[in-house]
Amino acid sequence: MIEHRPIITVLAHLTLILGIAIVAFPIWVTFVAASHDAVRMTQVPLPMWPGDQFFVNLNKAMFEGIAGAGGIPVGMMMLNSLVVALMIATGKIVISLLSAFAIVYFKFPFRMGFFWMIFLTLMLPVEVRILPTFEVVANLGMLNSFWGLSIPLIASATATFMFRQVFLTVPDEMLEAARVDGAGPMRFFWDILLPLSRTNIAALFVILFIYGWNQYLWPLLITTDASMFTVVMGIKQMLESAEQTTEWHLIMMTTLLAMLPPVVVVLTMQRMFVKGLTETDK
Amino acid sequence: MAEIILDGVRKSYGKVEVIKGVDWKINDGEFVVIVGPSGCGKSTLLRMIAGLEAITQGEISIGDTVVNELEPSERNIAMVFQNYALYPHMSVYQNMAYGLKIKKIPKDEIDKRVQRAAEILELEEYLDRPPRQLSGGQRQRVAMGRAIVRQPAVFLFDEPLSNLDAKLRVQMRLEIKKLQEDLGITSVYVTHDQVEAMTLGHRLAVLNGGVVEQLGTPIEVYEKPATVFVAGFIGSPSMNLLDAELDDKGGAVTLAGGAKISLPEPLGAQGGRSVTFGVRPEHLKDIGGDANSLRLSLNVRVIEQLGADTLVHGTLGENGTELVARLEGIRAMAPGDVLDLNMAAKSIHLFDSKTGRRLG
Amino acid sequence: MLKRVHYGSSILPFLLVAPQIIITLVFFIWPASQALYQSLLLEDAFGLSTEFVWFDNFADLATNKLYYDTFRRTAFFSVSVAGIAMGFALVLAAMADRIIKGALTYRTLLIWPYAVAPVVAGALWVFMFDPTLGIFAYALNVIGVDWNHKLNGSQAMALVVMASAWKQVAYNFLFFIAAMQSIPKSLIEAAAIDGAGPVKRFFTVIFPLITPTTFFLLVVNVVYAFFDTFGIIHAVTQGGPAKATEILVYKVYNDGFVGLDLGGSAAQSVVLMIIVIALTVIQFRYIEKKVEYS
Repeated sequence: MIEHRPIITVLAHLTLILGIAIVAFPIWVTFVAASHDAVRMTQVPLPMWPGDQFFVNLNKAMFEGIAGAGGIPVGMMMLNSLVVALMIATGKIVISLLSAFAIVYFKFPFRMGFFWMIFLTLMLPVEVRILPTFEVVANLGMLNSFWGLSIPLIASATATFMFRQVFLTVPDEMLEAARVDGAGPMRFFWDILLPLSRTNIAALFVILFIYGWNQYLWPLLITTDASMFTVVMGIKQMLESAEQTTEWHLIMMTTLLAMLPPVVVVLTMQRMFVKGLTETDK
Repeated sequence: MAEIILDGVRKSYGKVEVIKGVDWKINDGEFVVIVGPSGCGKSTLLRMIAGLEAITQGEISIGDTVVNELEPSERNIAMVFQNYALYPHMSVYQNMAYGLKIKKIPKDEIDKRVQRAAEILELEEYLDRPPRQLSGGQRQRVAMGRAIVRQPAVFLFDEPLSNLDAKLRVQMRLEIKKLQEDLGITSVYVTHDQVEAMTLGHRLAVLNGGVVEQLGTPIEVYEKPATVFVAGFIGSPSMNLLDAELDDKGGAVTLAGGAKISLPEPLGAQGGRSVTFGVRPEHLKDIGGDANSLRLSLNVRVIEQLGADTLVHGTLGENGTELVARLEGIRAMAPGDVLDLNMAAKSIHLFDSKTGRRLG
Repeated sequence: MLKRVHYGSSILPFLLVAPQIIITLVFFIWPASQALYQSLLLEDAFGLSTEFVWFDNFADLATNKLYYDTFRRTAFFSVSVAGIAMGFALVLAAMADRIIKGALTYRTLLIWPYAVAPVVAGALWVFMFDPTLGIFAYALNVIGVDWNHKLNGSQAMALVVMASAWKQVAYNFLFFIAAMQSIPKSLIEAAAIDGAGPVKRFFTVIFPLITPTTFFLLVVNVVYAFFDTFGIIHAVTQGGPAKATEILVYKVYNDGFVGLDLGGSAAQSVVLMIIVIALTVIQFRYIEKKVEYS
């Protein structure tokens, strides 16, 4: 910085370390809880230091689940979550790329009408149209299916806007050069536009994967079949069971597992994550 | 190889007409430069030939084919864009090969053509690199390479050197000229640069407000500008253009400042009207001059020493019209001096004040 | 909006927008219009008959004291979450902005809670504050505070606020630090030459310059608190005890799915839609300004 004041710098470091400690503390508690056995987890005060049951608990949660909460193996729920997250992220990106391409590069009737229709989705979060959307999905026979879990969530105004923004920054001459080279619209889209947008696609994928993985209200509404549960909603089932049986060591292990994939994605693809977050605005 | 024929070509955006009727024949193998101020429609005209802009009215033919309805890729043209328009995610090789690949030309043929173009343009070492790793001049060459490999009937250049620095521009100018001579492909080149306009083409078209003011060899345009606009646009510094009156017999002009100049060849019937009197700064001399030469006296105001030449800015009389003279070599003079200038009769240009057209 | 150079009309653009438009129509616009329609209906408790009652459901809301309470509660909740999350993030960002070495490491260690699902965040906090076992409940007991968020409404509210704010710090931090780092260094240097110390510089130069980001984040945080915290509340308190943590979104869900008051729930949905529209408009009007910083 500008002036050399070591005390302020030290203070800044200390504040940040304290901040990180506050933010990370819940994770520590969770990790500790996930590494003890059931008996230790009923004795007050709870331990603050990890025990030796971590892998035993991991094994039990992954393959057996919690008996009091239906005994659904967490491994299976994680697999469901993975499928749903990938379907949502991929679906959103594909349909948004296509519609942004149409809106930016074609002049056709109702173009702006379509644009505003997509814009409207921004104002209709699932929370405000829970019941009727549930009815639609039920009528279409999509309850308890991967399609029902993903398709209703893949319309995306933000992704469409982002790609529109990206396409608008592609110089006009790219299209002209492609036309002189004899490339038709789809060829131009595939050969030029897609490669030019690939970092944006990757950035968006990171954000949308997290979005998809963390879906809660929607899967809660439309899945009744335990084999379709996602891990995030599975946690809620376990919390309810915690009222009767105390299996906090397994619940916390599941919590850890539920946040692991998105957190790993954020940490390993941090640059893409930051780009995606700042470019989609939300 | 082909000629380009423009027949009554017009372009409008809504009610605004930007190209107001152009009739041309560009010969096979000819290099034509279109020059004009920004907004004159020169790029639009080029893009209409390329097929990137629709033609509102009239007809454009390339070779024997009317191309009005053809896609750019079907017109047998190649275009070099101002910002090169290289595909940033493709290597130099892929950039050049892309159009051929779409045309489904066999791989070994593509390879042969790209290698040949790379050889001509000295790009062999760079074929595997992406455009961002190249210098401006190299990118420019890749853009030309992409045009060459198509083996088109027509090259179209849209201000291709305007993004380069001055030194590189001189070099690339020579390269383009040589390349066109070697390949002998009909070329149309749009620029706003004086020097490119004068040096590159066989013929020069001066465009203004959507109208071709003059079409001729660069020397014709320089020596006999058809209109006041052309006279003022071509040449640097610009031609001095002064208001004047031509007497009834058409034998002498009187400048606004009062100076009277008799013409060596009277214009006779065209006499008795307001005219614009033009003389190029480089045609004004302060030494020599024979009995036939015409004389002016200049009150010196500002002197610019360029080394090779000296630009003298001044007025005719105390507060008369402004005038610039370009004298050879370094001159010792000061503001306030009065300079006697003379000019050869053949360096005088007269234009009708109303129509702006050349007289005589 | 449209490229100067573009393709003309054909069937192709319609095919391109079709997937997005069909999904929008089927899963967004149709259900939303259904919600609008249902908000004008009254259904009896057994779902046997429905009656068109115009704006009666809205009139009921307007005269319902409980609904006003929910509104007030939601406002309090949103402001608390936004205030805590933004304040905490701002302090950390201001510190990180001063640090040259290791700033990226700090960022890495601070942003990951963004990736944690709200319901998971709820699980973490409910565990730490579990009245019988929770580590914090125990610590509070030791210093003489009787913690039981299952019975005490204020404590329940405090808990959902903490859990919600905790998750949102990462997002705010990221935008604050980006905004601060986009301020030209020369401006900070000029202020230093003018004799402003670090604290004064922060309040007179840095903070005013990041106002657009602050405003943007305020809107985003309010939207977050309004809608995205459903999972946290559902996991931690289920809106209780005695509706002490029932915010608007939770009430829509509760009245509709649990209480089966379809018309009333639909009317609440419509009110929420209006709120989202207002927030979206505010956010978009302001986006132009924000662009300079990103």
